[in-house]
Amino acid sequence: MFTVNKNKIKMSPAEKAGLTAAYVVCILSGILTIIPFLYIVAGSFATEKELVERSFFIIPHTFSYNAYRYIVADGSIFRGLANSFLIMIAGTIINMAFTATLAYPLSKSWLKGRNLVLNMVIVTMLFSGGMIPNYLVVKNLGLLDSYLALMLPGAVNAFNLIIIKNFFQELPVELEEAAKIDGCSDLEIFLRIILPLSKPSLASVGLFYAVSHWNDFFNSLIYLNTTKKFPVQIILRQIVLLAQGASANGSSIDFGVGGTPPEQAVRMAATVVATIPILCVYPFVQKYFEQGVMVGAVKG
Amino acid sequence: MEKVKKESLWSYMKRHKWMYLLMLPGIIYFIIFKYVPMGGLIISFQNYSPYLGIAGSEWVGAEHFKNFFMNPDFKMLLVNTFSISVLNLIFFFPMPIILALLLNEIKNKIVKKSIQTMIYIPHFVSMVIVASLTFTLLNAETGVITQLAAMVTGNKPEFLSDPKYFRWIIVIQNIWKETGWGMIIFLAALAGVDTQLYEAAEVDGAGKMRQMWHITLPSIKSTIIIMLIMKVGTLLNTGFEQIFLMKNSLNSSVAEVFDTYVYTLGITQGAFSYSTAVGMFKSVVAATMVLITNWICKKCGETGLY
Repeated sequence: MFTVNKNKIKMSPAEKAGLTAAYVVCILSGILTIIPFLYIVAGSFATEKELVERSFFIIPHTFSYNAYRYIVADGSIFRGLANSFLIMIAGTIINMAFTATLAYPLSKSWLKGRNLVLNMVIVTMLFSGGMIPNYLVVKNLGLLDSYLALMLPGAVNAFNLIIIKNFFQELPVELEEAAKIDGCSDLEIFLRIILPLSKPSLASVGLFYAVSHWNDFFNSLIYLNTTKKFPVQIILRQIVLLAQGASANGSSIDFGVGGTPPEQAVRMAATVVATIPILCVYPFVQKYFEQGVMVGAVKG
Repeated sequence: MEKVKKESLWSYMKRHKWMYLLMLPGIIYFIIFKYVPMGGLIISFQNYSPYLGIAGSEWVGAEHFKNFFMNPDFKMLLVNTFSISVLNLIFFFPMPIILALLLNEIKNKIVKKSIQTMIYIPHFVSMVIVASLTFTLLNAETGVITQLAAMVTGNKPEFLSDPKYFRWIIVIQNIWKETGWGMIIFLAALAGVDTQLYEAAEVDGAGKMRQMWHITLPSIKSTIIIMLIMKVGTLLNTGFEQIFLMKNSLNSSVAEVFDTYVYTLGITQGAFSYSTAVGMFKSVVAATMVLITNWICKKCGETGLY
């Protein structure tokens, strides 16, 4: 007991109160942040009657799986998840291919023309053609309503490019020089030495790209028309915000006596299903993103 | 010395052919998807028709800009955009700083990590999920917050359609979604403070509050100032997705901002030239503001962004 307290300087009552307040505020912020998630999970398992009658609850009185039966029968949200997954994988592959190949020559400050290209990239961080000219380019390339419209226009993100470029720059030159003496071409050096050595930074940039594809709503909104191609974000908006949940497949389910499709619970269940994938990868993503913020803050 | 012939550009490029070939896809990408659209801004000076193309469309000069500045929509967009940005600046901007200062006082590693893990989550969910949660919680019939408000005031407020709530909903969404994430940069600055300063202050008899005022705050002051200046530089960027998702026909008088206006007129109504002019006005002003604030950052002795 004595040894524990020995090194601690005694706190005045006011300081103790202050520290307690810091704990309370921080813990409350944490709880307030996750409470909406807990509530929609609870609500998605509740009956429509309970949702109308009770205000806030974390555990429903009567458990009901009707909302989930409904969205499974309807199927659109799962089709959306599958589409999003496809867009995310293919999109990230395109991102990485374009970003890494451009970043490597840009990491060589001695290369003629490198500064010109780098400045060309930096200008786009500050100024862009904007929504309509971008849309017209995609339209004139005949990419409207195709997944390429979601992948190609954002193939290189300038910030991510600079993160990878800076990482390449920090790799020891000796390795490349040794490989050159052994007769490796620049391409072989890039593929066999640079890329394998850069796995951690490539992985984190890959994650940035993947998460932004997964969460993207804007590009699908303006470029896609066919319902079958919609990613999960568009479908979730249709179900929850535009209240287009009740479709023909879904309403054929028998919900029992007095059973109507549980509208509010269906919306909650759809939100839960759309949130789960990102929560599954959250532990990995959190670490890499935190490092990314710091890299971005230092290097700009 | 004249005899040493300079290597021609062509043979230089041949010698480094892989470097240039690797660069090629990226350069083509930037030309097609970044520089061609910039050139496409020319349609804001035309009556662009997709059938006639840029070459065939009628040239009208600055007419669309004139129309836009004379239009009452212009004032509405400015008011709406700046109202949302300024409310964000006043109410959202200080949140990560306050929370970072409080969290910095928590020395218990497990408690600190758990809180961080919880409040970072919303940063990773999409705006559609944020809007879905908002719609669920504020639903006019079954929404929890609507019901709680009804218990206090006696009548159910129409949160989602009444214009007077719109801006506050946007600000609260931002606070909920990004406060935790915004802390990271301040937490890093706080972690860099020399602990000897606190020890010395303690020996001198300074209490916790005085330590925070005289050591902690000054040491993150430059980070705060830089973040603030950068926020001012992006005042015009209210974010398309969030506003678009929360906007509806009943609240659009306060919800319409530059990006949503361009979308509605350009993409859904096909007024390409006019909406490009509006978008270009916004981009030019926004880029100028970023350059100015960046210049101020550099004057303050900081590195700046570009």
